Amino acid sequence: MSWVNAVVQGILLGGLYALVAAGLSLVFGVMRIVNLAHGVLAVLAAFGAYVLGDALGLHPFLALLVVVPVMAAVGYGLQRGLLNRALGGGELAPLLVTFGLAIVLQNALLEAFSADSRRLDVGALGTASIRLGDGLTVGVFPLLAAVVGVLVIAAIGQFLARTATGRAMRATSDDRDAAALMGIDGRHLYGVATAIALGTVAIAGVFLGARSTFDPAAGGVTLIFAFEAVVIGGLGSLWGTLLGGVVLGVAQALGAAVDPAYGVLAGHLVFLVVLATRPRGLLPSAVTA
Amino acid sequence: MTPLLEVDDVDVSYGDVPALTGLTVTVAEGETLAVIGANGGGKSTLLKTVAGVLRPRRGDVRLDGESLAGVPAHRRVGRGIAMSPEGRRLFPSLSVEENLLVGAHSGRPGPWGLAAVYELFPLVAERRARPAANLSGGEQQAVAIGRALMANPRLLLLDEVSLGLAPVVVAQLYAALPRITAQGTTVLVVEQDVHQALAVADRVQCLLEGRTVLEGPAASVDMAALSAAYFGVTST
Repeated sequence: MSWVNAVVQGILLGGLYALVAAGLSLVFGVMRIVNLAHGVLAVLAAFGAYVLGDALGLHPFLALLVVVPVMAAVGYGLQRGLLNRALGGGELAPLLVTFGLAIVLQNALLEAFSADSRRLDVGALGTASIRLGDGLTVGVFPLLAAVVGVLVIAAIGQFLARTATGRAMRATSDDRDAAALMGIDGRHLYGVATAIALGTVAIAGVFLGARSTFDPAAGGVTLIFAFEAVVIGGLGSLWGTLLGGVVLGVAQALGAAVDPAYGVLAGHLVFLVVLATRPRGLLPSAVTA
Repeated sequence: MTPLLEVDDVDVSYGDVPALTGLTVTVAEGETLAVIGANGGGKSTLLKTVAGVLRPRRGDVRLDGESLAGVPAHRRVGRGIAMSPEGRRLFPSLSVEENLLVGAHSGRPGPWGLAAVYELFPLVAERRARPAANLSGGEQQAVAIGRALMANPRLLLLDEVSLGLAPVVVAQLYAALPRITAQGTTVLVVEQDVHQALAVADRVQCLLEGRTVLEGPAASVDMAALSAAYFGVTST
């Protein structure tokens, strides 16, 4: 029963990874940028919720009502003011700019909050669990995180497939110059894409911060797990990212079931195997370009 | 009366290589102008300059008397300039219908919409749910023209409609042009197929190395002079 348990916990963890990775996947799919600041931005959102909880006593989920729109606005401004300029500078420029941004943000957080570990308190929700069978219980909080992950990915997918803005985003992803000839302002659409990405990473950051402790340096490992989920699933494919998150989560949970020290290592090994055998990922470019 | 489009003494270059030199082109409202010429003559450069993809070094492009200097390509669509670009440039991951809907992004009101485009090109209607990458060249060109029409342009730019297509397919596509101009749309067409160009245009202008070498009404053009101009032979 403990293997079944590990797989179930792994799937739920995978949903959380997919939630973290959704924005990374969207930004890559639309403008071929790997945002290396994605992990730190999740941590920034967690600190935002922490400050709101500390100052106003807001529950982390209520704090989302503030943190998500603020992060989305930051995303739009970041894209228009910084990343769009970097896009004109070749393949390497966006990587360097987002890498630099990650370092700046991490150190700013360190200045403001010190290196102490914090945790967002979600109250009784954090410890509640549902008993599914003999020896198999799932935590309500991990379940909620996984459900939110699936919902966020489904929502982004519907947005891209059904709305005029989503359609324009896919057209811009295919051929930005031709899209401009249709009256589409690529700079604005890229801004919208990054706003959505940072809005979702804000949700992810709050779930991460409530699941375990975080500090200003937590962005690195967050980025790595998100990046692994995106690559395992297939670059630019949203449902692939969900699958990639689940594969990574299950690998980590099974590894940890063997020996708690092997969890993260098992995830990296699966990532390596996928890269070696299916370098385009498990679901290469299914829905979005 | 102000012409709808004035390209006024324009220089355009790619780096140091001049593509257009002191070129002037005017198109009256409701007129169809065909720009012809050999490869490298500057025809496509002219259309890209009007669409706002390229910026002139000197001179001005005016729509209805208003300068378009500093107006980026995506805003020119809202002013009423739409282009079917060279090589079609459909969005391959979108369906045919989605390609058409993207053409309507600017939201300009007018006679053209999905139903009107499908009536103009019935074959496109049959293919509406297919991925755009999945069409024949002629079908793709019809979608590209339809997509430009969806913007309800005052000025429609058609770049190399005949490129890579069988003559019978080209003839079918051009057969749609009278129904487009009947809506009052002004058309600037760039075409390598001289006979096709003469058949559809009111006026023709021949470019060679970025300059006008011949222009006149399509109906009364002297084929010998046109052929000489086309190939750059000096007539004596």
